[in-house]
Amino acid sequence: MSPTDFGWLILFFPLAGSIAIALGWRVLPGRTAGWLGTAAIAASFACSIGAFVSLLDRPTEDRQLTARLYDYATSVGLDIDVGILVDPLAVVMCLIVTGVSMLIHLYSVAYLGSDRGYARFFSYLNFFVFSMLLLVLAGNFVLLVVGWAFVGFASYALISFWYRRGTATAAGMKAFVINVVGDVGLVLAAFLIFRELGTFQYLDVFDAVDEHFTVNDGTLVAICLLLLVGAFAKSAQLPLHTWLPDAMEGPTPVSALIHAATMVTAGVYLIARMFPLFELAPTAADIAAFTGLATLLVAASIALVVTDLKRIIAYSTMSQIGYMVVGVSIGAYTAGIFHLMTHAFFKALLFMAAGSVIAAMANRQDIDRMSGFRRALPFTSLLLIIGALALAGFPGTSGFFSKDEILVFAAERGGMYWIFTIGGYFGAFLTAFYAFRIGFRVVAGDPCEEARELEQGHLVHAEPENPATGETEDTDVGYPGPEHHIAERELPMRIAMAVLGFLALFAGVIQIPGVTAGLEHFLEGTFEEAPLFGIHPSDSSAYLGLLVGGLIAIAGISLAYYCYVARPGVTARLRQRLPRVHDFLADKWYFDELIDALVYRPVIGAGRFANDVVERVVVQGIVGGATGAVRELGLLVRGAQSGFIRAYALLVLGGFAALALYFLVVSS
Amino acid sequence: MSLEWYLVLSALLFAVGAAGVLLRRSPLVILLCLELMLNAGNLSLLAFSRSLGNEDGQVFALIVMVVAACEVVVGLGLIVAMYRRRLPLNVDELRTLRG
Repeated sequence: MSPTDFGWLILFFPLAGSIAIALGWRVLPGRTAGWLGTAAIAASFACSIGAFVSLLDRPTEDRQLTARLYDYATSVGLDIDVGILVDPLAVVMCLIVTGVSMLIHLYSVAYLGSDRGYARFFSYLNFFVFSMLLLVLAGNFVLLVVGWAFVGFASYALISFWYRRGTATAAGMKAFVINVVGDVGLVLAAFLIFRELGTFQYLDVFDAVDEHFTVNDGTLVAICLLLLVGAFAKSAQLPLHTWLPDAMEGPTPVSALIHAATMVTAGVYLIARMFPLFELAPTAADIAAFTGLATLLVAASIALVVTDLKRIIAYSTMSQIGYMVVGVSIGAYTAGIFHLMTHAFFKALLFMAAGSVIAAMANRQDIDRMSGFRRALPFTSLLLIIGALALAGFPGTSGFFSKDEILVFAAERGGMYWIFTIGGYFGAFLTAFYAFRIGFRVVAGDPCEEARELEQGHLVHAEPENPATGETEDTDVGYPGPEHHIAERELPMRIAMAVLGFLALFAGVIQIPGVTAGLEHFLEGTFEEAPLFGIHPSDSSAYLGLLVGGLIAIAGISLAYYCYVARPGVTARLRQRLPRVHDFLADKWYFDELIDALVYRPVIGAGRFANDVVERVVVQGIVGGATGAVRELGLLVRGAQSGFIRAYALLVLGGFAALALYFLVVSS
Repeated sequence: MSLEWYLVLSALLFAVGAAGVLLRRSPLVILLCLELMLNAGNLSLLAFSRSLGNEDGQVFALIVMVVAACEVVVGLGLIVAMYRRRLPLNVDELRTLRG
């Protein structure tokens, strides 16, 4: 089978799974829906491997294949088809998406076991995977926009999954609205590309762009900036990031799959996919890189003070995506995609471990309440520490190689790109610190009440309350189900976490400087024409970068050890001495308030003005005036309609008599 | 006989009919008076027709009779329906269409 045949099959299985589960929810017993969904994604993963292997059989320059299913719209000068582009970048993304999705489906089979919306969850989840794969495999801008919008919808549906939870539905709406802002940017970019180049096909656009535009052409920069609006909204970069922390209201596997491992990396994929455009518009690429740097530092600083376990990981996701955006924007395509892959592994793992801990805590997420789970949850604790090590970039783990590759590449480009190296290493220090803020808080210290209960074999059950509103959660429709599931007691969860733990530790081996470059060789099929792809840091500078990165990671972890294990009171004292700084960070740099003041209030004010003045005075004045005039006129003459037939007859006769008299007088 | 006599008789008949329509309250009688007025018109049509030697007037008279017959059918039907529904047979009391 050719790679494109595999491409169609990759898309087919999740869609079929989603529809089958959606239609069969009533008859699927027990955990069948979960296993069905997992099997669909596993089949898709197998096809991704098939596509990968069949691409490897081909020579490097012949690894970009397109296929069309049918013509969607054909008109004069417009030719849109339902077509896919299978190339090394798309296949790598497919492998990451389907592989991680498969493990998260497997985890969810057990984790959501007692949820009333079990089948609904897996139908949504399969639909999400289908949308994401459509986005990745799309061969033209139209299909890209379709996949992009589907992904936004799937995210909305899954954030609002517990629909009786007010905060969850509000978070879903917020995510959807901000994502639609991005969709608008993407659609406008596609329109501009069509106006300039007359085609929606990726490969035609990439071929034509060199001749049509000069470097930093105004239109091209506008196109790239509009693409960036889409990418930033999806990937939660400043200033369109505020939805991502709120998206943690959804079930934990959703946070792991959509809001950490796959969907939020769509923006990174988009920038990498559009590399011929961005290489011709260095201004736009630099704007993207600086936004990524700002995001990674802001998010890392917020992650230092937030106390909600899932929100800390969410901010770390934003921060890590900042690294990827920097990477693909400055031309470090391999490194950016490599970091995307390793991040998918360790961040999904962190969320899974967090889910297990939260279940053990009877759904409380405040890390200030957690401590000493190392004996109560030995397996979860081990995997949590592995995830935190990879996130921190501890020497030897996967995050160690991928993060440093981006930063060394920035240094290799020199000049102002040194800013990214320095800022990135500073961010890495913060990352190591907050990664082990989670790790030490959960694992180390005296066992908390829940941990002690668990050590004696009891899983704590409590009436969970919504931390934002204080309302008791409605466990009847799901949140979070009457029973809790921890990895120690559920085999599917343990398998998923173990596989991801292995990958988080060892996935770095495919791309070790001076030793292996598997990913780079494979991606050459996509990026071979990119001038920046040819830049390679020398081995010595790469090793120097790894040394610096490793030292920084160890320094951050040591500081976390000092603050949370050796001298536990240190952070509380720091907080008391610097209340302003703490409040500034804990209030998330006031971005929500900024958007509130800049967008929400003016729009609401304009709406109120339109209601009070335009609608009430102008529109209702005209409409009400016209109807009122007709009514008044009618009142004047309604007295004539007495209902006396004889009066009408008299009127007729009298009228005719008067007319006859008149004509007699006139004619005589 | 000259034309004037016919016209005078026609005018008298018409006046009687009109007076009946205006003064009587029973719908049946009003209907009869309407017929009287129509026939007054017919009489003058025929008189003009004979005096001018033109048959058009006679044709008009026939058409008026057809219309009158139709009108009687509808009118009598309405009156019977009113009677069956025990409505008052008095046009002054039938004022539902008052504005």
